[in-house]
Amino acid sequence: MEFFERFAIPHPSPAIYASMVAIGLVTIAIIFGLTYFKKWGYLWREWLTTVDHKRLGIMYLISAILMLFRGGADAIMMRAQLAAPENKLLDAQHYNEIFTTHGVVMILFMAMPFIIGFMNFVVPLQIGARDVAFPRLNALSFWLFFAGAMLFNISFVIGGSPDAGWTSYFPLADNEFSQSVGTNYYMIAIQIAGLGTLMTGINFMTTILKMRAPGMTLMKMPMFTWSALIANVIIVFAFPVLTVALAMGTLDRLFGTHFFASTNGGMDMLWANLFWVWGHPEVYILILPAFGIYSEVISTFARRNLYGYKSMVASMVIISLLSFLVWVHHFFTMGQGALVNSIFSITTMAIAVPTGVKIFNWLFTLYKGKIEVTTPMLYSMLFIPLFTIGGVTGVMLGMSAADYQYHNTMFLVAHFHMVIIPGVVFAMLAALFYYWPKMFGFMLNEKLGKLGAWVIAIGTLLAFMPMFFSGLDGQARRMYTYSESSGFGIWNMISFVGALGLAIGFALIVYNIYYSFRYASRDIGSDPWDARTLEWATHTPVPEYNFATMPQIESVEPFWDDKKNGKKLFKDKIEKIHMPNNTGIPFIMGVLFFIWGFSFIFAMWIPLIIFTLAIFGCMAYQSFENDHGRYISVEEVEETENKLGGKR
Amino acid sequence: MKIDHSLPLEYSTEQSRLRILGFWIFLGAEIMLFATLFASYFILRNGTGDGPSGAEIFEITPVLIETLLLLTSSFTIGLAVHAMRLGNKKAMMAFFGITLVLGLAFLGVEIYEFAHYVHVGAGLQTSAFTAILLTTLGTHGAHVTFGLFWGLFILIQVKKSGLTPETTNKSFIFSLYWHFLDVVWIFIFSFVYLKGMM
Repeated sequence: MEFFERFAIPHPSPAIYASMVAIGLVTIAIIFGLTYFKKWGYLWREWLTTVDHKRLGIMYLISAILMLFRGGADAIMMRAQLAAPENKLLDAQHYNEIFTTHGVVMILFMAMPFIIGFMNFVVPLQIGARDVAFPRLNALSFWLFFAGAMLFNISFVIGGSPDAGWTSYFPLADNEFSQSVGTNYYMIAIQIAGLGTLMTGINFMTTILKMRAPGMTLMKMPMFTWSALIANVIIVFAFPVLTVALAMGTLDRLFGTHFFASTNGGMDMLWANLFWVWGHPEVYILILPAFGIYSEVISTFARRNLYGYKSMVASMVIISLLSFLVWVHHFFTMGQGALVNSIFSITTMAIAVPTGVKIFNWLFTLYKGKIEVTTPMLYSMLFIPLFTIGGVTGVMLGMSAADYQYHNTMFLVAHFHMVIIPGVVFAMLAALFYYWPKMFGFMLNEKLGKLGAWVIAIGTLLAFMPMFFSGLDGQARRMYTYSESSGFGIWNMISFVGALGLAIGFALIVYNIYYSFRYASRDIGSDPWDARTLEWATHTPVPEYNFATMPQIESVEPFWDDKKNGKKLFKDKIEKIHMPNNTGIPFIMGVLFFIWGFSFIFAMWIPLIIFTLAIFGCMAYQSFENDHGRYISVEEVEETENKLGGKR
Repeated sequence: MKIDHSLPLEYSTEQSRLRILGFWIFLGAEIMLFATLFASYFILRNGTGDGPSGAEIFEITPVLIETLLLLTSSFTIGLAVHAMRLGNKKAMMAFFGITLVLGLAFLGVEIYEFAHYVHVGAGLQTSAFTAILLTTLGTHGAHVTFGLFWGLFILIQVKKSGLTPETTNKSFIFSLYWHFLDVVWIFIFSFVYLKGMM
């Protein structure tokens, strides 16, 4: 029995026990359902072993939406706790755990897979490639992300959640102050998911640099692909820093080293620096692809080419460089001195310049455009003003002298939510509505979609605008309660209402998916939005080889020129197509990494060694395997093309 | 698979060119990994607490032997790639094998060095300095260990199937990796050992 005691929850509550039961029941239901409907084979053949970038993209999106609801449930609990002064819904420990998991889940397991999911689905189609450069590695990336996400998510029912904040600052995150295994979960789960992300970065950089269709020079790439390229460059250079920081944190917690301890020469500020050397570029890994989505959507629905293409590219390159030079602004108050703070103040405010360039480019794209307000366009229109609120308050926070007033208050919380929600989440929802027909062959309902967009936008404003005021009044973040005399009650009540509004908005999107699945027309052709770029030039559903023949690219908007100016995209004759084979290894490695991580978290060394060897065994197997893929014959391609409406 | 005969064998297919570029990008990420370790080392190298400093524990002999072994192995892997381009399978395998043996010897001396540190009371838990020292060296050593197995697998494949586009591509990528570990070692030698002994 002693062995099992370590898995107990150190700080239980009825809600956690209820969650355990719910998780158990859902697992049983899924297993029963798969068995009853005889879907195990289908699941294994078509999804678990797939290396197709489109399917992996869809799996990333499903995971992201699941995690959105996990993180959203955390958010609702926090807002409910703070809705009234001296509320007793949660105690301090639970509140700590919830704001920690909310942050990690939303950034790393919701926003990241959302973006990587769209990269997976869209980028190869936009550049006219058959798949990514390393399809198996891509599958491994997904399964590592998924293993990390699942590992992190079981923490609250097995052993206890991390409770040191999503930044996990030391010495708070050290054994002395975070005694449960929660922070081990943080270190190991993020490590596993981060490895997957790093592989994604390498994979997509190679893909975009080497696999573009003939004629597509770098400066003829669609803007989303450009943003994906820049984001992946940042991933490759930022994620190794996180890898090292997490490894050092793991050593501190499990092997008794003193990297970040305050004794024996350790330095707790080293963690803060390393974390944000990764953490700030991470913000741009999220926002740049979101900007790419807005560029595509705005140009499509303004019926104009994107204004200032070159300045868009230049500003992204500048942002990517500056993103590595601003990390200290996350801790101006933690003792660097005036000179260092001033330098980082200036670099921080400098980022507003290229970002401003992009905002004006979108506005000029809209200017004299024939704007058609569809749901994706509505999100993009709402993004511009709302994001500007977040951006301008960001410049306020960037002034190091003034930051002493704002630091660690709700003002900061309001700022980054006003950046991330209108910036990243709106973009992902816009992309969801925009690419849904390409993914699933039917459109989401426009009426419900627009209603959802308005509800979410109003919910965002209601939830986060009050925090600017309570923050300036001195309400600290991460405090689980406050007194009535502080006067924060009314602001937090409004926030709570806004959070409920957001919940309703997301529920509307889910209902929309259900409603459209039942009732939407399946006869929508392959280009329902009258779009401009290559991903709309292939059939819907997209055949596994994407394009029967390679398109010939002559402009930034090849498909538009093909439709309106008669420049034919597809000139070649169909030849046999080489495709990679499916493989179970990435999925198996994901499972192994999950158990490996679990053993590591609980310091169970023997299984840890066994599973380490098993993981290397998989890599050795992969090294010796001789799999050159397969060919799809001309007849098969022609048959598929005819079925989907003829060769283009 | 289309094979372009105007290029060296390891570059001859589309997929192998992708692999080589992808690996260069991976090395970029590795540079960031070691750069982070070096930065942390410079920050923590005076954090000796109650433990010894670098000057007190570093021994020049094993470090020089390690350096010699690893630099030579970088030379021999270069010779192996040269032989590979000439199509000389036997010489290629010989030089490749020598590289791995040298790598193994390096690892042996490094293990001795680690045992020495622990013996003189500079273990992982002694101070922040010893922790970052052993972590930086250990990360490099783990890379070498990984490389030994990886190289061995490639060697077996070369022996089995000869110099094909696939095996030459793997060998070439391995040589990039091995040279990279050498470069990292030069930084470790200069900035950890030499600077620490001054």
